[in-house]
Amino acid sequence: MTTLTAYIEGIGLLGPGLTGWPSSQAILSGQEPYQSQKTILPPPALLPSAERRRSGAIVKLTLATGLEAVTAAGLDAATLPSVFSASGGDGENCHAICEMLASDDRQISPTRFHNSVHNAAAGYWSIATGAMTPSSVLSAYDASFGAGLLEAMTQVVIDNTHTILLACDTPYPEPLHSKRPISDAFGISLVLAPQQSNQTLAKITIRLTDASPSQQVTQMNDAELEHLRTNIPAARGLPLLQSIAMQQHTQVILDYLGSTHIAVDITSCQTKLA
Amino acid sequence: MNPLLLSHFTATSSIGLGLEPTLDALRQRRAGLLPCAFETVDLTSFIGEVTGVDQVTLPDHLSHFNCRNNRLALLGLNQDGFSDAVRAAIAKYGSQRVGLFVGTSTAGILQTELAYRQRDPLTGALPADFNYRTTHNTFSVADFTRDYFGLTGPAVVVSSACSSSAKVFASARRMIDAGLIDAAVVGGVDSLCLTTLYGFNSLGLTSEQACRPFDIQRNGISIGEAAAFALLERPPEKLDDDAILLLGIGESSDAYHMSSPHPEGLGARMAMQDALKMAGLQPSDIDYINLHGTATQSNDTAEAKAVKHLFGTTVPSSSTKGQTGHTLGAAGGLEAVICALALQHHLMPAGLNTEHLDPNLGLNYLLANREQPLSHVLSNSFGFGGTNCSLIFGRAT
Repeated sequence: MTTLTAYIEGIGLLGPGLTGWPSSQAILSGQEPYQSQKTILPPPALLPSAERRRSGAIVKLTLATGLEAVTAAGLDAATLPSVFSASGGDGENCHAICEMLASDDRQISPTRFHNSVHNAAAGYWSIATGAMTPSSVLSAYDASFGAGLLEAMTQVVIDNTHTILLACDTPYPEPLHSKRPISDAFGISLVLAPQQSNQTLAKITIRLTDASPSQQVTQMNDAELEHLRTNIPAARGLPLLQSIAMQQHTQVILDYLGSTHIAVDITSCQTKLA
Repeated sequence: MNPLLLSHFTATSSIGLGLEPTLDALRQRRAGLLPCAFETVDLTSFIGEVTGVDQVTLPDHLSHFNCRNNRLALLGLNQDGFSDAVRAAIAKYGSQRVGLFVGTSTAGILQTELAYRQRDPLTGALPADFNYRTTHNTFSVADFTRDYFGLTGPAVVVSSACSSSAKVFASARRMIDAGLIDAAVVGGVDSLCLTTLYGFNSLGLTSEQACRPFDIQRNGISIGEAAAFALLERPPEKLDDDAILLLGIGESSDAYHMSSPHPEGLGARMAMQDALKMAGLQPSDIDYINLHGTATQSNDTAEAKAVKHLFGTTVPSSSTKGQTGHTLGAAGGLEAVICALALQHHLMPAGLNTEHLDPNLGLNYLLANREQPLSHVLSNSFGFGGTNCSLIFGRAT
């Protein structure tokens, strides 16, 4: 069975009631109660003012979680290849375009149009950070976190490079919300390295499972966090963060495609909690 | 990199369904572009529409995937025995060992555009039979293809605008090298929709006539649609002479602007440079360049600067978007297949519609077909958000 190993050097986390990795560790490890609260998206300070005005929720979320992870790893974002994985793009923008195209005046604005591409957040990230590095922009519906993790792990192992995974999802407004009820914005970013260093938080080794009954997907200990995990594609990665927060040496099974899951062996390398 | 064999490939676009009509159109210099009469679109432009997409019927058990994009995907998969080749690969390697990597920019968004015309007048709700997951969602084309073949391994959509189906080769290469899979179905499927037709129009990037890449009077793109696929495998010890290999891939980001390329073509240059490096080739080894060549002022200017910087002014090059239109997320895949045909049939296809080459661009841009043996060709795909990917293909001998 093929396995891939990488070392997590930085984590970014933003979601309902989760405002960054340091403050979320105590919640994920069960030391503090989880209290759901609407996700707060900080303005993307790194962007030039024109781009800042034009950026939607998915851009703000991606930049915030990505920069948290890069800063924690002590790296320059401009040097990192990147993997962006999201079930969908900018939901508000998509709704506005579809509404206009169904009206008598179909003249959508240029900004609406360029923000409609699935790689808008990737584009803004590269403009904000100056990263001219390779970037993979993916979607796999509910399997988007797993798809992003696989892509990032192959980059680390095959290209022997650091990389950053940015898995982010944002909600649609009605009427699309009823068809795709993602409840709120949620993002996980991971800076991954090919070798262990003094920045290493955890070593992870992944493999695809063969869908045998013993390989049940790992659930969250807290019921509300478990609801987040199943409701928002990017939150499918939460069990991984839960184990890192608990500094466990353990295996989690992450939800992926149908009956094929991703098994992750985690070895915590943290010497202290932040 | 370890070269990968394109053991099977196929392309469906406005110039033809499958390889034979595609090659014939290239040889006969036949374009697939016509004045836009798509759906209710009231724009003055030319488009490359694939004939017969709406006559395609999805298998009953996959009818929930029915939308123009998935119909086009199926039409494309069923040309040139490609589906049979995928089934043979599954039989050989196992359903979990064949990965699936599809590029698209808009997937089945047309289905949502149509659904928004049928919202409930009281509640605003979308029609009950509208299925977001299987039509609109970016992943839907891979979801459909995965179910169509019964694949159980890794599957993903790459959606980085107009570089999408070039980048699928990069993701597949890494996953094969990592040993997670033994073969990969890679491709691109993008279909006509109002978002892109009105969107590019809003940016002033569509021409009112058939696009004229590298012409002094070029004034924008013609939007097309296409489905193109390749099956990638590790090459066996013995290869046919005309076997096509993927030899190098270069990827970069402009970090410059959302909808304009870097004015000096810096990102484009980096992608081409990295592809050469990965292939272990010199610029002088490249016999033909299939340019991104969209026929916008800014793309062709930036791309020409990047090509000139690396290759000088003599390498024969052309954009085949004058034939097919710009098929957006399918362009990288379609043009990879055109490169494979060029290598197999010793054909450098001329650019169509271009009458007066822009002297400022200074490339050896082909206005007439040229027939001669080719060893290595390079294909460029660039996209919104400043995403760049270059691919190098070669013959086995």
